[in-house]
Amino acid sequence: MTLPLTDLLAIFPELIIAATACLVLALDPITPAPRKGWLAWFSLGALAACFGITSLQMGVRTMAFSDLVIIDPYASFWKLLLYTVSGLTILLSMAYLKEERIHLTEYYGFLLLALSGMMVMVSAADLLTIYLGTELMSLSLYVLAGFKRADGRSLEASAKYFVLGAFSSGILLYGISLLFGVAGSTRLSAIASAVSARGLDDPALLLAMILLVVGFGFKIAVVPFHMWTPDVYEGAPTSVTAFMAVAAKAASFGAFLRVFLEGLGGLKANWHVLFLALCIATLALGNLVAIVQTNIKRMLAYSSIAHAGYALIGVVVAGQVTADSAVRSLGLSSVMLYLAIYALMTLGAFTVVALLRKGGLEGEAIEDFAGLAKRQPIAAFLMLVFMVSLAGIPPTAGFIGKFYLFMAAVKADLAWLAVLALLFAAVSAYYYLRVVMVMYMRDPQPSTGLAPHLVASPVLTVVLACALAGVLVLGLYPDPLVSLATQAVLALK
Amino acid sequence: MIPLSAYVAVSAVLFATGLIGVLIRRNFIIVLMSVEIMLNAANINLVAFSHYLESMAGQIVALFVIAIAAGEAAVGLAIIIVVFRGRLSTNVDELNLLKW
Repeated sequence: MTLPLTDLLAIFPELIIAATACLVLALDPITPAPRKGWLAWFSLGALAACFGITSLQMGVRTMAFSDLVIIDPYASFWKLLLYTVSGLTILLSMAYLKEERIHLTEYYGFLLLALSGMMVMVSAADLLTIYLGTELMSLSLYVLAGFKRADGRSLEASAKYFVLGAFSSGILLYGISLLFGVAGSTRLSAIASAVSARGLDDPALLLAMILLVVGFGFKIAVVPFHMWTPDVYEGAPTSVTAFMAVAAKAASFGAFLRVFLEGLGGLKANWHVLFLALCIATLALGNLVAIVQTNIKRMLAYSSIAHAGYALIGVVVAGQVTADSAVRSLGLSSVMLYLAIYALMTLGAFTVVALLRKGGLEGEAIEDFAGLAKRQPIAAFLMLVFMVSLAGIPPTAGFIGKFYLFMAAVKADLAWLAVLALLFAAVSAYYYLRVVMVMYMRDPQPSTGLAPHLVASPVLTVVLACALAGVLVLGLYPDPLVSLATQAVLALK
Repeated sequence: MIPLSAYVAVSAVLFATGLIGVLIRRNFIIVLMSVEIMLNAANINLVAFSHYLESMAGQIVALFVIAIAAGEAAVGLAIIIVVFRGRLSTNVDELNLLKW
């Protein structure tokens, strides 16, 4: 048996990333300690090459490996987002790992393996490939979450993430096996035709759909499947937390939207109600519980749950059968826009958290930010911008993201949902701006004698500058990203 | 000949066993075993459907799942060992450093 060259060319970016990951893992033991940083730069180079290839593939739509894999603008959109986020995470990790004294270059290998899993997820046209991609991503992330081996909290995060991640994969797989029984194939297209033949009330289909909702619900962390998120995000090394909160969520959304729109599109009337309920529960719990948090990583974890809730508004709009197809596409493109914007601002916020030091330790409590504005006005200003953007206040990108989502909801006759989400956005302003208040209004506690400061390094400046530029530029001029998302959605039918 | 419903019933019972096991057992290793039972429940489904629908796809998926389950067990056991070294316990309830 030979693999056709055209198929291999179609998944060239995935091959590059996977090969780079293996190379990094293999080169790690033979690289002398002072040169280990080169492997990180090598990984960045591979990402840049893939970014170029995928941008060239942007308009292309092809299937490969007898329809197991699809390359379309939708997949390319997510891939470009994933490259950007992974590149920034690698830069952030270079500074963070040095500060935490973790001298293990396997880190970059696992990061790239997780990335290749995510890329498979977003360009999968078959439930088998989606499952494989999800597992590759998850297994790498379990390891990454426990990378601070001397820290009990990191190991605990890894253990909890593993148990719940494996549990959710089991549920997802059982749903896949039932769908296979119904459709006789795991191709999304075959499932779509089986769904239209069986109709809305087939019990096996409904059960399979619910199992898939639960399985993906864990991966994108929506209430009531969110309980692992705060613990894992708090315990994992902060650079890994940023990567999980941003890239893993984006990739899971990418796979999940494709399964539910392409495969189970015929069941819109059923899953629409389900997602409406999940969306409201997620918005309420995520935003309300974030208020009482005192640890900033935990607060950002609840904030990421709440943001998944906002993104679900767009999914609900996309599933609204009474709305016309233009409105449904708008719902979908606003989910993609929102997640891209969310990625930049969350990554920015986690970067500030990762490198905030207080006497040699990580400053994780919100109190540790006290007086940062006096010591390091630039760092405090950056955190201010990211917090304002997360709260959705103009002229930042966070506002644009929410604006498009709410506009889609109003157009789909779901104005009440938009109003509800707006109210929760007002609640969220309280806990985001509390961080700003602590930075600007309060002095550092004199008893400890340790002033908070941000570790400065050139790579950190690059990460923060990219995130800041993204948040501000997209806040004022979102058109390019909007048209990219619209183009991507047109491919998904 | 054994009807398809018998396979599906066995698989459903296994899946429920695994699900309940993860939720109520407190030993990390038993939780891991329960997860493996869930995966194997799905495998039975896949192979049974594959046989009755006369499509090889299900068996191929089951092969992939077996490989992944092995990988998952490897990572899971590695995590258990590191946690055990630090805490001398495999009880899930003692993982309680992180809570609010």
